[in-house]
Amino acid sequence: MTPNAVMDILQVTVLVLVAAGATLVVRTRDRVRLVLVLSVYGMLLAILFFTFQAPDVSLSELAVGAIALPLILLLAIAKVRKPQ
Amino acid sequence: MTPRQRLWLFAVAAAGLIACYLWAFAGLPGFGNYPGPYGPAILKHVIAQTNATGAVSAVNFSYRGFDTVGEEFILFTAAAGMSVVLRRLRGERKSESSPAEDATKRQVPATSSAVRIVSLLLVGPTALIGWWLATHAQTNPSGGFQGGVILATAFFLVYLSGEFIAFRRLSPIAVLDVAEAVGAGGFAAVGVTAVALSLPYLFNYLPLGTIPGAVSSSGTIVLISFLVGIEVAAAFILIIGELLEQTLLRRAGSS
Repeated sequence: MTPNAVMDILQVTVLVLVAAGATLVVRTRDRVRLVLVLSVYGMLLAILFFTFQAPDVSLSELAVGAIALPLILLLAIAKVRKPQ
Repeated sequence: MTPRQRLWLFAVAAAGLIACYLWAFAGLPGFGNYPGPYGPAILKHVIAQTNATGAVSAVNFSYRGFDTVGEEFILFTAAAGMSVVLRRLRGERKSESSPAEDATKRQVPATSSAVRIVSLLLVGPTALIGWWLATHAQTNPSGGFQGGVILATAFFLVYLSGEFIAFRRLSPIAVLDVAEAVGAGGFAAVGVTAVALSLPYLFNYLPLGTIPGAVSSSGTIVLISFLVGIEVAAAFILIIGELLEQTLLRRAGSS
């Protein structure tokens, strides 16, 4: 297999994974689980950007999408959640 | 409007959207074909002009540095707004029952020792990677934004290991405020200095170094990236710290 073919397969695979991940994010109802799914989705997006030769965007997405955003959301949920 | 009419309206709108979308799609350049003149022009001249081998950083912090100043101040404003909204003033009255009050009454499971040990072990490497990313924008596709967020993560790991007091001692709010202001103001000041030297705003006036891609090369690009790193790290620690303070300090006080 040529490097180009490998890259094509990789890109298509990641695109499909991102589409599946996005669907999963929308379908998840439980808020805490949603944040975790969103974090994994951010990770998938980072891989997507990397396979499309944008390592700088990939790094930003990894830092913001997979770490910072889920963290802020988790804290916000912890703030408004009622005691059980 | 009956459900039937609504369905018809949706069908017409959806058909129109699909038609326009396909029309626009047909006019796109081929996959992976970049038709603009800007990219090749930058790649041809970037090393000769800036001595930076990280072409993306050169674009971000030099060619379109003015744009990045704006982005930087978006984050600065967000952190400032967050502080204004969340920071409790002395003598401010508590309401009878707020969600935040409810949160303080919640039972919290203790942090497991596995989480504590792993996060403590990760603090050093994370801080190192963040620092490295923020200071090596000129050599590779890193930069202050990514480095700053990862640097801030190192502080959250300290918190995650169960040490909120250590987290606060490592990052007192006064120091964060100053760091954020220095980072954001420093970026703008680098630009204004160029104007004072009767050069265009944000002109790269520092010596570019002799070896392309060396840590000391690329003049203002590395300096601006570092300042952005400080600003972003401080802003993120400030934002998360305010949220933690809201939910967790009082929880500790009530138990």
